Amino acid sequence: MMATNEKKIIPLEFEQPLAVLAQQIEALERQLGDNPDLEGDIDRLQEQYTQLKKSLYVNLRPIDHLAIARHSQRPYSRDYFAIWDPGFIELHGDRTGADDEAMVGGLLTLGGIKMVAVGTQKGRSLREKQACNFGMPQPEGYRKALRLFRHADKFGLPILTLIDTPGAYPGLSAEEHNQAQAIAENLFELSGLTVPVVAVVTGEGGSGGALAIGVANRILMLEHSVYSVISPEGCASILWRSNDKVSDACQAMKMTAREILQLGVIDQVIDEPLGGAHHDYQLAASNLACAVVKQMTGLMKMSKEEVRRDRQNKFRNFGAFTEV
Amino acid sequence: MDLKEWFASRQKRKELQENIKQPLTTEEYCALWTQCFQCRELLYTKDLRANLQVCPKCQYHFRVGALDRIDQMADAGSFVELDAVMTSTDPLKFFDTEAYAKRQQEACRKSGLKEAVVTGIAAINGQPVALGAMDFGHFGGSMGSVVGEKVTRLAEEATSNRIPLIVVSSSGGARMQEGILSLMQMAKTSSALKTYHEAGGLYISILAEPTFGGVTASFAMLGDLVIAEPGARIGFAGRRVIEQTIRQKLPADFQTAEYLLKHGQVDMVVERSNLKDRLSRIISYHDLTRTGPAGEPANGTVKSGQLTK
Repeated sequence: MMATNEKKIIPLEFEQPLAVLAQQIEALERQLGDNPDLEGDIDRLQEQYTQLKKSLYVNLRPIDHLAIARHSQRPYSRDYFAIWDPGFIELHGDRTGADDEAMVGGLLTLGGIKMVAVGTQKGRSLREKQACNFGMPQPEGYRKALRLFRHADKFGLPILTLIDTPGAYPGLSAEEHNQAQAIAENLFELSGLTVPVVAVVTGEGGSGGALAIGVANRILMLEHSVYSVISPEGCASILWRSNDKVSDACQAMKMTAREILQLGVIDQVIDEPLGGAHHDYQLAASNLACAVVKQMTGLMKMSKEEVRRDRQNKFRNFGAFTEV
Repeated sequence: MDLKEWFASRQKRKELQENIKQPLTTEEYCALWTQCFQCRELLYTKDLRANLQVCPKCQYHFRVGALDRIDQMADAGSFVELDAVMTSTDPLKFFDTEAYAKRQQEACRKSGLKEAVVTGIAAINGQPVALGAMDFGHFGGSMGSVVGEKVTRLAEEATSNRIPLIVVSSSGGARMQEGILSLMQMAKTSSALKTYHEAGGLYISILAEPTFGGVTASFAMLGDLVIAEPGARIGFAGRRVIEQTIRQKLPADFQTAEYLLKHGQVDMVVERSNLKDRLSRIISYHDLTRTGPAGEPANGTVKSGQLTK
């Protein structure tokens, strides 16, 4: 079991009723020794708990998905890499001046397939979070990713990217080092690669900062992950001019995995353990691995040129317009 | 003159007099004059237009609409528009405080355009080019499906005709109302530019006030050469967002064209009055019929006959 599973899982706001029930059960269990009659009550509450848990996760609002996607105990790229391949070989640096910890990459074996894996990293402790810039890569991070993409292309290694970022870092040095160009160049180069690329949104897919490692042959999303053109907070403050319309913005932008699947932008939604990936790292990782390996195996049958054209055609067709 | 005629002419005279007496509405009066945002000089709008929307006193470069921009850059009468009737459907049925469909109508009424970019084939000093100009006045120049598609098609047109590609960007970024599909336009346009690049095309990106977000982070920054207009503000994240993030005051010239030049992000800053000439001279160095993938023979020169109406 992973470290976080030993710790208590922090309940989200919409999970409060569940947490209250769990507390009651716990309290009764403590008194059980003195009063054996309580067993019936505990059973009843336990039943109630299971029912509620099942129903709670059936009708989640978009903002609830967002909360799960941002859960502080959600598995991050490094967690997945560690579970999948204890022999993961990390590669560092953009070769021009920095090693951005918000972007992790290296050589990974998954389901027997040797590949280059790249993912954004949010960081767990405060120190880690600061080092990772809370998962917001600098231009150096995107250039590091690009270097790894080129490496993969040179040696015919398929590429897996894991996306969980609020977006590209909006800061002074990021602008000075041309954040926009770093992202644009990744879009440009990714579209021309001749190796299969599979991208998975595992948490937050925040705008251009996410897309910069998301131009893939197959795009997958975890069940509770979100993907949007702007953060819901940004959208609410611009369109509603209000900070408490975040829920409306989530709703309007259609940013949940199932909605985006319906729009035809992604290829598959991957099931998560009940309540979210943070409840069971192992199960989440193995679900994800199954989906990735399946997609990758299919893509690896294509020729170099087919793979490239497949990806270009996929993006060529995105858009909703009429010509009358 | 019989009585009937006399009455008719008297009526006409009266109308004429009333017309003369009627003062200009505030709107009309304001349209006559424009105050410079920088030096506060009051400028006669007609003069300002004749001066390419540049303040004659302080050289402040006003924003230019897409059609005016094309007029300024293309040889007279050479522009042939592409995809003029393309409009966005409302894939998300987006509604904030108002429906997206209604906001679109409003944007069209204000700008007189169908979308935030106008694309076509034109000639610059006789040299055929694929030319696109964005219009900040239409929906903040935002990129949705239509802008993405038109820029993509323009790049494809440039690829198949082997002509230089010039896009003047002016945009607030991706259009939120089309959600994730807007985001995907960044990848779509970049991918088309990759194909154009590999075919040996020359893409000159011109950054006008203002260029931000998803447009900067895709086709605007992918030029073989990148030119900015004086004083234009260009960046990825907005100034306010950055100030909130880093909790510091930013330098006054932060994200201006000159700042970008200093930081190695653009090739040059060119005044609007020199832009056409500069473009034409740059293009003359690049023979597109000579370049191409793996020594592939260029399929003839450009059919320039097509380009003049």
